[in-house]
Amino acid sequence: MKITRRDAVAMGIGATAMAVLPMRAMAAIDELVNDFTGGADIGTGDISLDAPEIAENGNTVPIGVSAPGAEEVILFAPGNPTPPVATFKFGPAAGEQAASTRIRLAKTQDVLAIARMADGSFIQTTATVKVTIGGCGG
Amino acid sequence: MASGVKPRVKAPKSASAGEVVTLKTLISHKMETGLRKDGDGNVIPRSIINRFTCELNGNMVVDVTMEPAISVNPYFEFKAKVDATGEFKFTWYDDDGSVYEAASPVTVG
Repeated sequence: MKITRRDAVAMGIGATAMAVLPMRAMAAIDELVNDFTGGADIGTGDISLDAPEIAENGNTVPIGVSAPGAEEVILFAPGNPTPPVATFKFGPAAGEQAASTRIRLAKTQDVLAIARMADGSFIQTTATVKVTIGGCGG
Repeated sequence: MASGVKPRVKAPKSASAGEVVTLKTLISHKMETGLRKDGDGNVIPRSIINRFTCELNGNMVVDVTMEPAISVNPYFEFKAKVDATGEFKFTWYDDDGSVYEAASPVTVG
């Protein structure tokens, strides 16, 4: 069967798109996580995310993170065009290793929080937030 | 300097030694994500507050690196342990190089 150039290009783009799209999203967040952890294993532990189950307005979703004993906590919104949200470093004068803020979520997703503990280990938790109106200007 | 940027903090004026107090901070800022387009279809460049720090008497309470996913008028609530009389210093760093500051004295007694 003769494959025209047009067909070949279409097939090529189709194939690449299929392979790259979901993989790219996964790879992007994995890379960001690795940047933070240096490739170390991440366990579970005393870290919690306080987030609404349903966020009516994706432009301002209240979110709290708490990780007693953590030195640094990073927050990701994997479903956003740019997943990193914030990194909290807690110092000697912190009363608790916890903080609350308001964030933008583009769509329903699992917000991810990873904490680096004082002993160098990492723990994480996620919270599913359903978003009715996306908040990233799109 | 981004215009109309105004920091506001809510911090206790006094505390007992070692008490853990709640601090609330707000700063009015558009937090332009860099993902929006204007009427002509040009991307509006990113312009956000990228860092917020709070210290008490020179000791770090919290140091937050902020990304475009933080909402407009960034709000942070966190806790600090007050060991001695002194001052809370709050600093916000803008992408455009501006630095906004606020301070709140606290007395231990």
